[in-house]
Amino acid sequence: MQKATIYVTLKPQVLDPQGKVIMNALHTLGYKNVTEVRASKMFEVTLDAKDDADIKQEIEEICDKVLANPNIETYYYKIHDE
Amino acid sequence: MKYNIIIFPGSNCDYDAYFVTKNLMGAEVEYVWHKDTSLKYPDCVIIPGGFSYGDYLRAGAIAKFSPIMKEVITFANKGGLVLGICNGFQVLTETKLLPGTLLQNKSLLFICKHQYVKVVNNKTPYTHIIEKNQVLDIPIAHNEGNFFIDEDGLKSLQDDQQIVFQYCDKEGHIDDITNPNGSMLNIAGIVNKQGNVLGMMPHPERSSDPICGSKDGQNIFLSIMEFIEK
Repeated sequence: MQKATIYVTLKPQVLDPQGKVIMNALHTLGYKNVTEVRASKMFEVTLDAKDDADIKQEIEEICDKVLANPNIETYYYKIHDE
Repeated sequence: MKYNIIIFPGSNCDYDAYFVTKNLMGAEVEYVWHKDTSLKYPDCVIIPGGFSYGDYLRAGAIAKFSPIMKEVITFANKGGLVLGICNGFQVLTETKLLPGTLLQNKSLLFICKHQYVKVVNNKTPYTHIIEKNQVLDIPIAHNEGNFFIDEDGLKSLQDDQQIVFQYCDKEGHIDDITNPNGSMLNIAGIVNKQGNVLGMMPHPERSSDPICGSKDGQNIFLSIMEFIEK
Protein backbone atom coordinates (compact mmCIF):
# COMPACT_ATOMS: atom_id res chain seq x y z
CA MET A 1 0.00 0.00 0.00
CA GLN A 2 1.19 3.48 -0.79
CA LYS A 3 -0.11 6.76 0.44
CA ALA A 4 -0.18 10.00 -1.50
CA THR A 5 -0.45 13.32 0.27
CA ILE A 6 -1.95 15.78 -2.18
CA TYR A 7 -1.97 19.53 -1.65
CA VAL A 8 -4.41 21.65 -3.66
CA THR A 9 -3.65 25.36 -3.44
CA LEU A 10 -5.23 28.48 -4.91
CA LYS A 11 -3.24 30.08 -7.72
CA PRO A 12 -1.40 33.23 -6.59
CA GLN A 13 -3.67 35.55 -8.58
CA VAL A 14 -6.83 34.14 -6.92
CA LEU A 15 -7.99 36.09 -3.87
CA ASP A 16 -8.14 34.02 -0.69
CA PRO A 17 -10.47 35.86 1.72
CA GLN A 18 -10.21 33.03 4.25
CA GLY A 19 -6.42 33.41 4.37
CA LYS A 20 -6.84 37.16 4.79
CA VAL A 21 -9.18 36.73 7.76
CA ILE A 22 -6.74 34.29 9.39
CA MET A 23 -3.89 36.74 8.85
CA ASN A 24 -5.89 39.56 10.43
CA ALA A 25 -6.61 37.32 13.43
CA LEU A 26 -2.89 36.52 13.76
CA HIS A 27 -2.07 40.23 13.66
CA THR A 28 -4.65 40.85 16.39
CA LEU A 29 -2.89 38.21 18.51
CA GLY A 30 0.39 40.07 18.06
CA TYR A 31 2.06 37.96 15.36
CA LYS A 32 3.23 40.99 13.45
CA ASN A 33 5.82 39.07 11.39
CA VAL A 34 3.08 37.30 9.43
CA THR A 35 2.76 38.98 6.03
CA GLU A 36 0.49 36.51 4.22
CA VAL A 37 -1.65 33.42 4.89
CA ARG A 38 -3.04 31.22 2.10
CA ALA A 39 -5.47 28.46 3.07
CA SER A 40 -5.35 25.25 1.02
CA LYS A 41 -6.70 21.70 0.95
CA MET A 42 -4.79 18.52 1.75
CA PHE A 43 -5.95 15.02 0.79
CA GLU A 44 -4.53 11.69 1.91
CA VAL A 45 -5.15 9.05 -0.73
CA THR A 46 -4.20 5.42 -0.12
CA LEU A 47 -3.56 3.30 -3.20
CA ASP A 48 -3.21 -0.42 -3.66
CA ALA A 49 -0.54 -0.31 -6.36
CA LYS A 50 3.16 -1.02 -6.64
CA ASP A 51 4.54 0.66 -9.72
CA ASP A 52 5.56 4.26 -8.92
CA ALA A 53 5.05 5.46 -12.49
CA ASP A 54 1.50 4.10 -12.53
CA ILE A 55 0.70 5.70 -9.20
CA LYS A 56 1.95 9.09 -10.37
CA GLN A 57 -0.13 8.87 -13.52
CA GLU A 58 -3.21 7.87 -11.53
CA ILE A 59 -2.78 10.65 -8.97
CA GLU A 60 -2.29 13.30 -11.64
CA GLU A 61 -5.41 12.10 -13.43
CA ILE A 62 -7.37 12.23 -10.15
CA CYS A 63 -6.14 15.76 -9.48
CA ASP A 64 -6.85 17.02 -13.01
CA LYS A 65 -10.31 15.45 -13.16
CA VAL A 66 -11.59 15.81 -9.62
CA LEU A 67 -9.53 17.24 -6.77
CA ALA A 68 -8.34 20.49 -8.36
CA ASN A 69 -10.15 23.03 -10.51
CA PRO A 70 -7.49 24.15 -13.02
CA ASN A 71 -9.13 27.58 -13.40
CA ILE A 72 -8.24 28.55 -9.86
CA GLU A 73 -6.05 25.85 -8.30
CA THR A 74 -2.74 24.05 -8.69
CA TYR A 75 -1.59 20.90 -6.89
CA TYR A 76 1.50 19.00 -5.82
CA TYR A 77 1.88 15.67 -4.07
CA LYS A 78 4.24 13.34 -2.23
CA ILE A 79 4.10 9.55 -2.35
CA HIS A 80 5.21 7.45 0.61
CA ASP A 81 4.96 3.82 1.75
CA GLU A 82 2.21 3.02 4.22
CA MET B 1 -42.94 23.98 -24.52
CA LYS B 2 -41.40 21.51 -22.17
CA TYR B 3 -38.90 21.91 -19.33
CA ASN B 4 -36.81 19.20 -17.67
CA ILE B 5 -35.62 19.99 -14.15
CA ILE B 6 -32.61 18.00 -12.95
CA ILE B 7 -32.64 16.87 -9.33
CA PHE B 8 -29.40 16.03 -7.50
CA PRO B 9 -29.17 14.93 -3.89
CA GLY B 10 -29.12 18.33 -2.19
CA SER B 11 -31.04 20.32 -4.84
CA ASN B 12 -33.55 22.53 -3.04
CA CYS B 13 -34.96 24.96 -5.61
CA ASP B 14 -36.31 22.23 -7.85
CA TYR B 15 -39.91 22.63 -6.72
CA ASP B 16 -39.75 26.44 -6.95
CA ALA B 17 -38.63 26.08 -10.57
CA TYR B 18 -41.36 23.47 -11.18
CA PHE B 19 -44.06 25.68 -9.65
CA VAL B 20 -43.11 28.73 -11.69
CA THR B 21 -42.67 26.99 -15.03
CA LYS B 22 -45.82 24.86 -14.68
CA ASN B 23 -48.26 26.84 -12.56
CA LEU B 24 -47.33 30.40 -13.52
CA MET B 25 -46.04 29.90 -17.06
CA GLY B 26 -48.26 26.99 -18.05
CA ALA B 27 -45.43 24.95 -19.55
CA GLU B 28 -45.06 21.20 -19.48
CA VAL B 29 -42.46 20.14 -16.89
CA GLU B 30 -40.82 16.88 -15.89
CA TYR B 31 -38.31 16.17 -13.18
CA VAL B 32 -35.23 14.15 -14.13
CA TRP B 33 -33.31 12.31 -11.41
CA HIS B 34 -29.53 12.71 -11.60
CA LYS B 35 -29.02 8.94 -11.93
CA ASP B 36 -31.19 8.82 -15.05
CA THR B 37 -29.38 8.29 -18.32
CA SER B 38 -31.74 10.12 -20.63
CA LEU B 39 -33.62 13.40 -20.71
CA LYS B 40 -37.40 13.54 -21.25
CA TYR B 41 -37.54 15.43 -24.56
CA PRO B 42 -37.02 18.94 -23.19
CA ASP B 43 -36.93 22.29 -24.98
CA CYS B 44 -35.07 23.68 -21.98
CA VAL B 45 -33.20 21.99 -19.12
CA ILE B 46 -33.06 23.72 -15.73
CA ILE B 47 -30.31 22.88 -13.27
CA PRO B 48 -31.81 24.29 -10.09
CA GLY B 49 -30.26 25.85 -7.01
CA GLY B 50 -29.33 24.03 -3.84
CA PHE B 51 -26.32 22.26 -2.45
CA SER B 52 -25.74 19.28 -4.72
CA TYR B 53 -23.74 16.65 -2.84
CA GLY B 54 -23.50 19.04 0.12
CA ASP B 55 -21.11 21.27 -1.86
CA TYR B 56 -18.41 18.73 -0.97
CA LEU B 57 -14.97 19.38 -2.49
CA ARG B 58 -16.19 22.45 -4.44
CA ALA B 59 -19.72 23.62 -5.19
CA GLY B 60 -20.92 21.63 -8.22
CA ALA B 61 -17.75 19.52 -8.42
CA ILE B 62 -19.32 16.14 -7.69
CA ALA B 63 -22.58 16.76 -9.57
CA LYS B 64 -20.68 16.92 -12.84
CA PHE B 65 -20.06 13.17 -12.57
CA SER B 66 -23.76 12.30 -12.25
CA PRO B 67 -24.91 10.11 -15.18
CA ILE B 68 -27.48 12.65 -16.41
CA MET B 69 -24.83 15.32 -16.93
CA LYS B 70 -23.49 13.48 -19.99
CA GLU B 71 -26.92 13.87 -21.55
CA VAL B 72 -27.16 17.52 -20.51
CA ILE B 73 -23.77 18.21 -22.13
CA THR B 74 -24.83 16.45 -25.35
CA PHE B 75 -28.12 18.40 -25.34
CA ALA B 76 -26.26 21.70 -24.81
CA ASN B 77 -23.73 20.93 -27.52
CA LYS B 78 -26.60 20.39 -29.95
CA GLY B 79 -27.88 23.89 -29.15
CA GLY B 80 -30.49 22.96 -26.52
CA LEU B 81 -31.31 25.57 -23.89
CA VAL B 82 -29.72 24.91 -20.49
CA LEU B 83 -30.40 27.29 -17.62
CA GLY B 84 -28.29 26.89 -14.46
CA ILE B 85 -29.49 28.85 -11.45
CA CYS B 86 -27.18 29.42 -8.46
CA ASN B 87 -25.80 25.93 -7.70
CA GLY B 88 -26.82 25.12 -11.28
CA PHE B 89 -24.45 27.87 -12.48
CA GLN B 90 -21.70 26.33 -10.34
CA VAL B 91 -22.39 22.90 -11.87
CA LEU B 92 -22.21 24.40 -15.39
CA THR B 93 -18.78 25.94 -14.73
CA GLU B 94 -17.49 22.68 -13.23
CA THR B 95 -18.71 20.75 -16.28
CA LYS B 96 -17.03 23.39 -18.50
CA LEU B 97 -20.25 24.22 -20.30
CA LEU B 98 -19.52 27.73 -19.05
CA PRO B 99 -16.14 29.35 -18.41
CA GLY B 100 -14.90 30.66 -15.05
CA THR B 101 -15.42 29.58 -11.46
CA LEU B 102 -17.65 30.72 -8.60
CA LEU B 103 -15.42 31.35 -5.59
CA GLN B 104 -16.47 31.88 -2.01
CA ASN B 105 -18.01 35.33 -1.42
CA LYS B 106 -15.39 37.95 -0.61
CA SER B 107 -17.13 38.63 2.73
CA LEU B 108 -17.00 34.89 3.62
CA LEU B 109 -20.69 35.23 4.48
CA PHE B 110 -23.70 33.45 2.99
CA ILE B 111 -25.70 36.24 1.35
CA CYS B 112 -29.49 36.03 1.06
CA LYS B 113 -31.25 39.21 -0.05
CA HIS B 114 -33.07 41.04 -2.80
CA GLN B 115 -30.61 42.22 -5.41
CA TYR B 116 -30.79 44.50 -8.44
CA VAL B 117 -29.21 43.18 -11.62
CA LYS B 118 -28.78 44.93 -14.95
CA VAL B 119 -29.54 43.12 -18.19
CA VAL B 120 -26.48 44.07 -20.25
CA ASN B 121 -27.13 41.57 -23.03
CA ASN B 122 -30.71 41.22 -24.27
CA LYS B 123 -29.76 39.24 -27.36
CA THR B 124 -30.07 35.82 -25.71
CA PRO B 125 -32.99 33.35 -25.63
CA TYR B 126 -33.27 34.17 -21.92
CA THR B 127 -33.44 37.97 -22.11
CA HIS B 128 -34.70 38.96 -25.56
CA ILE B 129 -38.02 40.38 -24.33
CA ILE B 130 -36.22 42.62 -21.82
CA GLU B 131 -34.95 46.13 -22.63
CA LYS B 132 -31.17 46.46 -22.74
CA ASN B 133 -29.85 47.89 -19.45
CA GLN B 134 -33.19 47.27 -17.72
CA VAL B 135 -32.75 46.73 -13.97
CA LEU B 136 -34.44 43.68 -12.45
CA ASP B 137 -35.05 42.84 -8.80
CA ILE B 138 -34.04 39.18 -8.45
CA PRO B 139 -32.90 37.75 -5.11
CA ILE B 140 -29.57 36.05 -4.46
CA ALA B 141 -28.85 33.34 -1.87
CA HIS B 142 -25.36 31.89 -2.01
CA ASN B 143 -22.01 31.32 -0.36
CA GLU B 144 -20.00 30.86 -3.56
CA GLY B 145 -21.06 33.51 -6.04
CA ASN B 146 -17.82 35.39 -6.51
CA PHE B 147 -17.23 34.96 -10.24
CA PHE B 148 -13.56 34.54 -11.18
CA ILE B 149 -11.90 34.03 -14.55
CA ASP B 150 -8.35 34.70 -15.77
CA GLU B 151 -7.54 37.83 -17.78
CA ASP B 152 -7.79 36.21 -21.20
CA GLY B 153 -11.07 34.57 -20.24
CA LEU B 154 -12.52 37.86 -19.06
CA LYS B 155 -11.51 39.58 -22.27
CA SER B 156 -13.10 36.81 -24.28
CA LEU B 157 -16.34 37.12 -22.26
CA GLN B 158 -16.44 40.84 -23.01
CA ASP B 159 -15.47 40.52 -26.68
CA ASP B 160 -18.15 37.91 -27.31
CA GLN B 161 -20.85 39.70 -25.29
CA GLN B 162 -21.21 36.73 -22.96
CA ILE B 163 -21.92 38.81 -19.86
CA VAL B 164 -25.70 38.90 -19.46
CA PHE B 165 -26.36 40.18 -15.91
CA GLN B 166 -24.32 42.50 -13.69
CA TYR B 167 -25.04 43.38 -10.05
CA CYS B 168 -26.11 47.00 -9.64
CA ASP B 169 -28.28 49.30 -7.56
CA LYS B 170 -31.85 50.39 -8.30
CA GLU B 171 -30.60 53.09 -10.67
CA GLY B 172 -28.35 50.66 -12.50
CA HIS B 173 -24.97 51.80 -11.13
CA ILE B 174 -22.38 49.07 -11.42
CA ASP B 175 -19.48 49.53 -9.01
CA ASP B 176 -17.77 48.03 -5.93
CA ILE B 177 -20.51 49.30 -3.62
CA THR B 178 -23.20 47.50 -5.60
CA ASN B 179 -21.14 44.31 -5.82
CA PRO B 180 -22.47 41.89 -3.17
CA ASN B 181 -19.89 39.12 -3.40
CA GLY B 182 -16.68 40.33 -5.06
CA SER B 183 -17.50 39.04 -8.57
CA MET B 184 -15.23 40.32 -11.34
CA LEU B 185 -16.99 43.18 -13.17
CA ASN B 186 -20.02 42.57 -10.92
CA ILE B 187 -20.85 39.54 -13.07
CA ALA B 188 -24.11 37.86 -12.01
CA GLY B 189 -24.76 35.75 -15.11
CA ILE B 190 -23.09 34.69 -18.36
CA VAL B 191 -23.91 32.69 -21.48
CA ASN B 192 -21.65 30.39 -23.49
CA LYS B 193 -20.32 31.60 -26.84
CA GLN B 194 -23.29 30.10 -28.69
CA GLY B 195 -25.73 31.76 -26.29
CA ASN B 196 -27.79 28.65 -25.52
CA VAL B 197 -26.39 27.95 -22.03
CA LEU B 198 -27.02 30.52 -19.28
CA GLY B 199 -25.67 30.46 -15.74
CA MET B 200 -26.93 33.00 -13.23
CA MET B 201 -26.50 33.38 -9.47
CA PRO B 202 -29.78 35.34 -8.88
CA HIS B 203 -32.94 33.24 -8.54
CA PRO B 204 -35.62 34.15 -11.13
CA GLU B 205 -37.82 31.33 -9.79
CA ARG B 206 -37.93 33.11 -6.42
CA SER B 207 -39.10 36.35 -7.98
CA SER B 208 -41.81 35.26 -10.39
CA ASP B 209 -44.85 34.83 -8.15
CA PRO B 210 -45.81 38.37 -7.01
CA ILE B 211 -46.26 36.99 -3.47
CA CYS B 212 -42.42 36.85 -3.31
CA GLY B 213 -42.14 40.64 -3.47
CA SER B 214 -40.93 40.85 -7.06
CA LYS B 215 -42.09 39.29 -10.30
CA ASP B 216 -39.11 40.44 -12.36
CA GLY B 217 -37.86 36.86 -12.66
CA GLN B 218 -40.83 36.10 -14.90
CA ASN B 219 -39.04 37.96 -17.69
CA ILE B 220 -36.50 35.14 -17.96
CA PHE B 221 -39.16 32.41 -18.25
CA LEU B 222 -41.31 34.49 -20.64
CA SER B 223 -38.25 35.04 -22.85
CA ILE B 224 -37.50 31.31 -22.94
CA MET B 225 -41.12 30.50 -23.75
CA GLU B 226 -41.35 33.03 -26.56
CA PHE B 227 -38.00 31.88 -27.96
CA ILE B 228 -39.13 28.25 -28.07
CA GLU B 229 -42.65 28.84 -29.32
CA LYS B 230 -42.00 31.40 -32.04
